[in-house]
Amino acid sequence: MADKLKFNLVSPEQLLVSADVDMVTLPGSEGEMGVLANHAPLMSTLKSGFLSVSNDSAETKYYVLGGFAEVNPEGLTVLAEHAGEVDGAQRSDFDRHIKAAERKVETAPDDDSRQDAEQAQEHLNALVSELFGG
Amino acid sequence: MPSLKELRNRIASVQATQKITRAMQMVAAAKLRRAQERVEQSRPYTERMASVIANLSASMSAQEGGLPMLVGTGSDQRHLFVVATADRGLAGAFSSSIARAARDKAQILQRDGKEVKFLFLGKKGFDVLKRLYESQTVEVFEVGTSGPTFADAELMSAKIAELFDAGEFDVATLFFGKFVSVITQDPTQIQMIPAAVEGGDGETLDLGGAAYDYEPDESEILKELLPRYVTTQVFGALLENAASEQGARMTAMDNATRNAGEMIDSLTLTYNRSRQAQITKELIEIISGAEAI
Repeated sequence: MADKLKFNLVSPEQLLVSADVDMVTLPGSEGEMGVLANHAPLMSTLKSGFLSVSNDSAETKYYVLGGFAEVNPEGLTVLAEHAGEVDGAQRSDFDRHIKAAERKVETAPDDDSRQDAEQAQEHLNALVSELFGG
Repeated sequence: MPSLKELRNRIASVQATQKITRAMQMVAAAKLRRAQERVEQSRPYTERMASVIANLSASMSAQEGGLPMLVGTGSDQRHLFVVATADRGLAGAFSSSIARAARDKAQILQRDGKEVKFLFLGKKGFDVLKRLYESQTVEVFEVGTSGPTFADAELMSAKIAELFDAGEFDVATLFFGKFVSVITQDPTQIQMIPAAVEGGDGETLDLGGAAYDYEPDESEILKELLPRYVTTQVFGALLENAASEQGARMTAMDNATRNAGEMIDSLTLTYNRSRQAQITKELIEIISGAEAI
């Protein structure tokens, strides 16, 4: 059996996952990436999207809204501002985030930050439409 | 000497008050347990965030300039005080001791000719400092009674970041009540901007000779992370405050219940005495009336 990856998924309100798993796929801001045990040290920001955890051929999916991943020799830690399991996600929970993203686009002070905000909004909308089918 | 009826009414009213204070104490005890759990649950996130920022800023400071949020604007002339208190009273000196700490600091800074602005999280702090600093108050946020959520903290820190981007202040300091124990809450201040990150307590991970890969680069990550760090600190302060507030209220209401008990005892004693005095008086009247015949 290959080595296991120590994985922590932390949000400010609670510790969602703390377990040894086979592989985690992350929605990195520069593209999806899979992390296995003994991965090289890495820090990356995350975009809104899905994070899947594979362990013993079982797969659990989580959604994360904005966050940060750190891989070090101890394992993988994901700090997500908002996260939860895909099963049991409520449409109404996302309304607030959609509104916040809209506001951010409207109030962006310059083109650069507007572009960033629009991109973040796009990722969020893609996530919501995938979760709830439209 | 109050009449018997007056005494009876007073005893009844103190008993009613005691019932309320006892209920409030028990509610605070239940809420305290929940608030403490939430502080515990938020700790891993806060600690990881702090260590990541410390790591990044250590490797950043060797390089050019750095972000204003991290290294400051190069001036410390204008200050923003973020004063986190409770929305409701009846919690002993909880809110006023935090407000007093902020006031003391503000007076020292103002004596040095510096400018201080206030942002209140929780209405009570504003009530205490309204008379002195109303014109310097930027905004008052309510923290609600059902415990702070991360969304609240996001709203508040968005306001702080907005003010900073607009160049309204150079240094932001956060005041809140650190929860030490049920009877002790420590008014604490933290400098939020520029981010005063300590050197990670000298504890660095051995990466086995490898260096971190950054995706995107370090400055991009820091730019993303610093506003979140502010949010995390605000959220942490709100949670600590929620626990401290309930602790303070529990102690205050425990005292109030005990005081009410003492008052009932002394009122009951007076009541019994005057009742006895009245009986004796009536007896004397009857007996002396009978003797006169």
